[in-house]
Amino acid sequence: MRGERAGWFFVAPALAVIGVFFFLPVAAAFVLSLTDFDIYALANPRNLRFVGLGNYGALLGNPLFWQALGNTLYFVAIGVPLSIAASLGAALLLDSRLARFKGLFRTALFAPVVTTLVAVAVIWRYLLHARYGLIDYGLHAIGLPAIDWLGDPHWAMPAIILFAVWKNFGYNMIIFVAGLQTIPEDLYEAARIDGASALRRFWHVTLPGLAPVVLLVSLLTVAGYLQLFAEPYVMTQGGPGQSTVSVLYFMYEQGFKWWNLGTASAVAFLLFVLMLAVTLIQLAVARRRGVL
Amino acid sequence: MKGREETRRTALGLVAAAPLAACAGQRGPNAPLRFWAMGREGEVVQRLIPAFEAANPGLRVEVQQLPWSAAHAKLLTAFAGGDLPDLCQVGNTWLPEFAALGALEPLDARVAASAIVRPADGFEGVWRTNTVDGVLCGVPWYVDTRLLFYRRDLLEKAGHGAAPATWAQWLDAMEAVKSLVGKGAWAALLPLNEPEPLLTLALQQSDPLLRDGGGRGNFQSAGFKRALGFYGDIFRRGLAPPSSSTEIGNLYDEFDRGAFCFYVTGPWNLGEFRRRLPAARQDIWMTAPMPGPDGPGAGIAGGASLVVFQGGGRADPAWRLIEHLATFQAQSRFCALTGDLPARRDVWRGAPLASDLEAAAFRDQLTRVRPTPQVPEWERITLEMQLVAEQMVRGGLPVDAATQEMDRRADGLLEKRRWMLAREGKSAT
Amino acid sequence: MKRLWGSLAVNALLIVAGALAIAPLLWMVSVSLMRPGEADSFPPPLVPGEPSLAAYRELFAHQGMGRYFANSLVLACAATVLSLGFNVTAGYAFAKLRFAGRDLIFQLLLGALVIPGQVAMIPLFLMLKGMGLVNNFGGVLIPAAAGVFGIFLVRQYALSIPDELLEAARVDGAGEFRIFRSIVLPVLTPIMVTLATFTFLASWNDFMWPLIVLGDDKLYTLPVALASLSREHVQDAELMMAGAVVTVAPVLVLFVALQRYYIRGLLAGSVKG
Repeated sequence: MRGERAGWFFVAPALAVIGVFFFLPVAAAFVLSLTDFDIYALANPRNLRFVGLGNYGALLGNPLFWQALGNTLYFVAIGVPLSIAASLGAALLLDSRLARFKGLFRTALFAPVVTTLVAVAVIWRYLLHARYGLIDYGLHAIGLPAIDWLGDPHWAMPAIILFAVWKNFGYNMIIFVAGLQTIPEDLYEAARIDGASALRRFWHVTLPGLAPVVLLVSLLTVAGYLQLFAEPYVMTQGGPGQSTVSVLYFMYEQGFKWWNLGTASAVAFLLFVLMLAVTLIQLAVARRRGVL
Repeated sequence: MKGREETRRTALGLVAAAPLAACAGQRGPNAPLRFWAMGREGEVVQRLIPAFEAANPGLRVEVQQLPWSAAHAKLLTAFAGGDLPDLCQVGNTWLPEFAALGALEPLDARVAASAIVRPADGFEGVWRTNTVDGVLCGVPWYVDTRLLFYRRDLLEKAGHGAAPATWAQWLDAMEAVKSLVGKGAWAALLPLNEPEPLLTLALQQSDPLLRDGGGRGNFQSAGFKRALGFYGDIFRRGLAPPSSSTEIGNLYDEFDRGAFCFYVTGPWNLGEFRRRLPAARQDIWMTAPMPGPDGPGAGIAGGASLVVFQGGGRADPAWRLIEHLATFQAQSRFCALTGDLPARRDVWRGAPLASDLEAAAFRDQLTRVRPTPQVPEWERITLEMQLVAEQMVRGGLPVDAATQEMDRRADGLLEKRRWMLAREGKSAT
Repeated sequence: MKRLWGSLAVNALLIVAGALAIAPLLWMVSVSLMRPGEADSFPPPLVPGEPSLAAYRELFAHQGMGRYFANSLVLACAATVLSLGFNVTAGYAFAKLRFAGRDLIFQLLLGALVIPGQVAMIPLFLMLKGMGLVNNFGGVLIPAAAGVFGIFLVRQYALSIPDELLEAARVDGAGEFRIFRSIVLPVLTPIMVTLATFTFLASWNDFMWPLIVLGDDKLYTLPVALASLSREHVQDAELMMAGAVVTVAPVLVLFVALQRYYIRGLLAGSVKG
């Protein structure tokens, strides 16, 4: 078997799967979002109505949707910089010439990334327990008042942010380490000869050299964090007081609790549009700053 | 001649998946009866199954226990996948939804012919909740409602010997308690994220909560306005804290130290109060039926029912299991183990409920419970009602504006239902 | 001297960071070995008074953990096999075989990476219902048999195969499949290990889709079972931690054994060089 036909044979199975089980549902999701598919339609397709952009309009007028959006953006706005800072810090430490046992540390720092989200979310739920949790015990030991992390609407999202940063920082850390290794040693030498301190070397050599990597990490992390779902699902069920309802959690409730599949699909598309917009904005900023 | 290694791998994968896919739909007549139950009831009912299997040789029952929080979503998935169990425990607020889906097997004929399952043996309001659009679709399994738990010692000290029976008496009692406890404590606890207290007051009025065949909200009726006004008054007079349950801390500790006197809650707290309050302090609390506008008032007809799902083809054996679980012995044992309140009145007359003084108020309240509007959207309407009520309490929204907003939101949620009713020429779906 | 202080500082910080990273996991193991109810005391204990396997016994004897473990294992293995079967051939073809529209199609696939998977979930669910794939393993495996990330990974690696090698074989009269099997596959072995590792981990840890598709509790995978258990047994910390250990230990072991491959995959295409 030769030439073109071989190529097609090789890609056909994968393309078929991706086409049928991804692209087709995505297109269908868009169509679904233009209908009022709900429990009545589930019972009898005659009860389906085409509503055009009605679902989108209803969502934009729904305070709970805006709450979910606000919660998600809060998570991203605080969580992403925190996560990137932690990853960069860990990467700098790991990459340092002074560090020993790098392999061991790398494994330990990366371990949270591969763990099952549900399992560690359960662990953290216990760590954050208001009375028996170790974190509040630690606060108590240094004289601070205990915080009801998962019961207080002001602290639930920060608790989830803390958890998400712990879980994910290792991933970006690896990317940063690889990025740090591409910065030529002579640049550092030159800076040292010029008498620059460690901090200035970091600011003028490391960061500019890492700029493309920071962009990549930022794109990946923002996109990932906008899809917040499992943490609220396992740890708080969207509570307390709707303070941890994320956009995807809202979609899940609409679709699988209230059976409003049309609305849920509209939410998914709005999320997609949001992710696209945020990505494009980040790319534009990067282009402006000369990174791209 | 495709790369053999790679073809074999792919084929293996597909072959592995295929029989698993095929397995899904096979259910022969000797397959076990599939029964889904939730929470603690799901754990306990498994102990009642051996007796049933012994009495029905050849019939096996497979109980799947689901957590309450995931059960609703699971049932949707099962319905969409054509994979519902044969019978299931279903909270009775969910009955209208499943009835609208056409998923429930009508049980009128079976109940009429049954010697064990008899509506006359139960609570009328609860049986009415199980009838949707004139068709009986569930059998009450255990019942539930809300009423007053209170500090009888505080009430006595405030000069009221008996629990209040009317709204006016309740208001007086609360005022008296408040002047007794002063600042830093309250007369009543009505968490703003719990719709049940307001819903109870609403059900005590004669005006229905929805009108036009369940197509529009009726919150602007005189009756509901009175109920909402009374509810708001309690907060306006400083008798209850404007907070939600998450802001309370440990409820039982607060009750013990007298932070509040009255609390509207349900039967699970019978066990909780007994467990969490110190033994020496067990005589400080008591229960009483909900006061109504002019005398003991109506309540919410809560609880769960057993339903048979259509399409499984196992309706007969499923019904036999329901009958078994509805017998006096099975109900007594089940309720003793779970702490739930029985749907059969004769079980109340036996041990341990007969001598349970605190549970007696529940028995009384259950004779006056009323169903909520039986439309699938009702649960969401209740949530909106409570959100607006919370705004009224916290933000000072006037009663008229609040009821107008509640109607607006309810009408929005019911729009599809109106469309369907109009399409069918106003005959119920 | 400065160097010594610097070295101490860096390593101390690394120790602290490493400790913070794995402390919750160590605590998980510790609590799983405690007796029932021991963790619910104040002050919270750090180590069990007397290590006990009671939680594990309860988990396997009464909560059916063995079955969920088996389900996860079967699914993860099957997913790995499928992924290798579908993605390796496609990745190689996009890298080295010429056919009409090849680059355009690949760009389109890359574009798909921007779309969050959850968008497709609901119609996919309805579609699988129509195909009879709801509530069984097929519904979990088949939609994930091929993926853009896997194809991308293999293609990246396959680009480095010298064209001359392939040309020489073609000139000798070998068919494409024969070339693939005898020349390409051996060269691609490292990336296949990477892909297998990624796929196994992703399948093992997958939560949302199995939650939606698998209704029958006999089919639950570990994450779904654990989430379900956590709703019911919220007071039994020891039981839940034992469940967490059973869920997390295999992937940690796999990761430690194959970290080189995993990390290579993570970096593929992320950083130039």
